[in-house]
Amino acid sequence: MRYHQAVHDVPVIFEGCEMPTQEAFDPTLGGLFPKEVVRSTLDIPDIPERDVVKHYVNLSQMNFGVDNGLYPLGSCTMKYNPKVCDEVASWPTVAQIHPLQDPSTIQGALRLMHELEKMLCEIGGVDAVTLQPAAGAQGEFTGIHIVRAYHEANGETRKEVVLPDTAHGTNPASAAMVGFDVLELPSKDGCVDVEALKSAVSKDTAAFMLTNPNTLGLFEKNVREIAGILHDAGALLYYDGANLNAIMGKTSPGKMDFDIVHFNLHKTFATPHGGGGPGAGPVGVKKMLEEYLPLPRIVEKDGVFSLDYDHPKSIGKVRAFFGNYSVLARAYTYIKMQGGKGLVSASENAVLNSNYLRHRLKDDFELPYAELRKHEFVLSGAPLKKKGLRTLDFAKRLLDYGFHAPTIYFPLIVDEAIMIEPTETESRETLDKFVEACETILKEDPKLLHDAPVNTARRRLDEAKAARDMIFSWRAFKKKSEAGSHKNGS
Amino acid sequence: MLQAIKLKSVRELFEDIPKEVRTDGLRLPDGMSEIDLRSELERMMAVNRPTTVMPNFLGAGIYNHFIPSAVKTIVSRSEFITSYTPYQPEISQGMLQSLFEYQSFMAELTAMDVVNSSMYDASTALGEAVLMAHRISGGDRFLISRTISPEKKEVAKTYAKGADIKLVEVGYDSATGQVDLADLKSKMGDTSAGFYFESPNFLGPIETRWEEIRRTVGAKTLVVGVNPMALALLKPPGEMGADIVIGDAQVFGTSMSLGGPTIGIFGCKTDHVRKMPGRIIGMTTDLEGRTSFCMTLQTREQHIRRSKATSNICTNEALLALAAAAHLSLVGRSGLREMAKRNVENMRSLSSRIGALKGFTAPRFNASHFNEFVVTSKTGSEKIHKDLLARNIQGGFVLDGAFPELSRSSLYCTTEMHSKTDHDKLVAALEAIR
Repeated sequence: MRYHQAVHDVPVIFEGCEMPTQEAFDPTLGGLFPKEVVRSTLDIPDIPERDVVKHYVNLSQMNFGVDNGLYPLGSCTMKYNPKVCDEVASWPTVAQIHPLQDPSTIQGALRLMHELEKMLCEIGGVDAVTLQPAAGAQGEFTGIHIVRAYHEANGETRKEVVLPDTAHGTNPASAAMVGFDVLELPSKDGCVDVEALKSAVSKDTAAFMLTNPNTLGLFEKNVREIAGILHDAGALLYYDGANLNAIMGKTSPGKMDFDIVHFNLHKTFATPHGGGGPGAGPVGVKKMLEEYLPLPRIVEKDGVFSLDYDHPKSIGKVRAFFGNYSVLARAYTYIKMQGGKGLVSASENAVLNSNYLRHRLKDDFELPYAELRKHEFVLSGAPLKKKGLRTLDFAKRLLDYGFHAPTIYFPLIVDEAIMIEPTETESRETLDKFVEACETILKEDPKLLHDAPVNTARRRLDEAKAARDMIFSWRAFKKKSEAGSHKNGS
Repeated sequence: MLQAIKLKSVRELFEDIPKEVRTDGLRLPDGMSEIDLRSELERMMAVNRPTTVMPNFLGAGIYNHFIPSAVKTIVSRSEFITSYTPYQPEISQGMLQSLFEYQSFMAELTAMDVVNSSMYDASTALGEAVLMAHRISGGDRFLISRTISPEKKEVAKTYAKGADIKLVEVGYDSATGQVDLADLKSKMGDTSAGFYFESPNFLGPIETRWEEIRRTVGAKTLVVGVNPMALALLKPPGEMGADIVIGDAQVFGTSMSLGGPTIGIFGCKTDHVRKMPGRIIGMTTDLEGRTSFCMTLQTREQHIRRSKATSNICTNEALLALAAAAHLSLVGRSGLREMAKRNVENMRSLSSRIGALKGFTAPRFNASHFNEFVVTSKTGSEKIHKDLLARNIQGGFVLDGAFPELSRSSLYCTTEMHSKTDHDKLVAALEAIR
């Protein structure tokens, strides 16, 4: 075991910094503003650039990204992010433009977005795409608003969105935000229970949300039958694109008869996830739903691009301006670099890597449901219980070996779930090392797993204390310690 | 590898996809080498006119501010930019502490008890604030000041629709551009969940009558929109009775990039924290008692509560939160206040020069401003816009569409990035055009 994360002593940036004296505040600001709106204190430290850079560089060394190593976080598609994409996004011609500039002065940007829409149409098997949603969950929100607008335009008020119990948490949350009741359907053999679906669908069903392959990595073979059931009932079919990396060029949501689909550009199209964001969640639809897409639409005529607001049936806007444009520019660059064939082989290699790992690891754990998986697979850590261990312990121990942990305890239908998605950008050598680490861990003294991690910047955290203490800022920390010392003194 | 898993071909890996839904590859061009791709993209983007080749006087929610070089050094660190949401806190302390520091900077600037670790942008933060006000105060309507950006208004409408909340507009005083208190009083009935206004508002004026507004809103939820850079000088909303504060921290360390990504600020009082959307980072300790950070109060969130969550948000704008924290650390209090003052001074100088031109009134409203102001002219604002463009100047945001009552008006923005030459060029052009 050679991995050791850096452990720097980096106090919170405010700590120990001499606050500039408050006397510096001029109550009238030389008459710039009326006295009643002028600020009297501001506790932000003045720190030399040299120290600020040291602070954040040392913090960065206490963080783990794809560039550090394998990040097999299931359903998150943590593939390598080509650096040219970041480079393009930083050019002044890309970064130094304003969204309200005259369209004649941003023709290159509009062309990029228009072409990206067309590329996503081809990949998704849909007829029109909006790039406005800022993330996958916002794509769902947009798609479900389109569902609502579509039914309302047909004079119907359908109340319910149906989804399987393996769905990502964002699915039910998005449906609820748009005002729908949510019905979660228990799965059968890890897939949609078609008979149960038949009896659940009614004239109240507005849409069914599904990701295919599903979160177990299983391809829902009955997808056409499922689509038929929904469409016969007048409902729409929504595709959660979180798992699109498995199927590019092999099938498409459109071909599977989905009506609405979102894409996660920060997953399938390699834009860096930035420690939590930004992402981008474009939404594609079939022709009959195009008029409901958010505004403006980017249109092209004779090589000139302009903005079209004239769609009275549109759901309006879900985010200001055009969406996360610099993420769009990165994804566009990635797709151009890969080309059609490159994207297909990305999916092939993602599925190959996943099945290779699945094959190597299934006997070390348990593999519920069918063998063949797509881009990800879910093991059960239930056998660990015999040794008094849990999946959590195994995941924490993996950190000690320099691997990010897989997604754990999801989907909920697998006991002690371990959800692994290696992606196509990892070599066989890396995958073998990962297997080796897993097997070593399973043979280790359970105490080592209980105590893990020990090679990371911190050991296990008291998460209950964080919720109890509610210290969400330096201000709150100071207030609390002042109150504490006051109490101690009295 | 295929051999190792006892398969003969890649085709077998996809055998579970039924024939009737299979597709045969993608009809997209072949891939390109980095060298060819870069030169093609350089050509394609060269037709854009960035601020480096054309002075630009647009604001209206997206601002061109100075970004210290070290911000890029920091946010480009691989360990930050290529990490996912910090689900494993032991190996993600760098991002978690940075997000805590972002929350701390925002809490200090706004004087709110808690600021989450980011929303998508200010417009969606407003949408979420309307929903949260509804969770706090009930009611089937929510009041929104007329002086907000048309973009934000549209987004708020979409969010409100999901919860069947009716948005009701509150007018502004035509002389000062501030909230029309009489209109607010007449509309603030029992069934309103609360009221949203901005200071400085979309048209530029800074609000001064906070006490009356707070009193009128009473026990209902007061949501305030801020420009966090202006808060370097202005009294924070937390000291003026705001329940929820929203804004956009794009002004701290993030380029305009055609308006995205930006970063939504979302703060509230501690009493309401469990009704709040988004991820929150909290301070705690590890097994060895060392100060540590983790995501907390997650039972509000979609991955736990599913359809009962306070919001569906998952991916947010973490890297931009890091940029904001780095930016504020680098400029410090002195630099921040200096920069903010430069904005006010530049605005005052430019607006008085334009106001002195024959046929122009600037600023339109009799109030204090930060860095934006309305210019009204005898000549139509579309014509001025086109004539400026012909002189390679991007003028202000034409208001005729969204604010017809202000006929022949545009919203101009000037920041510390404009030189005296830029101002000279604009003033000379306007004088020639009128």
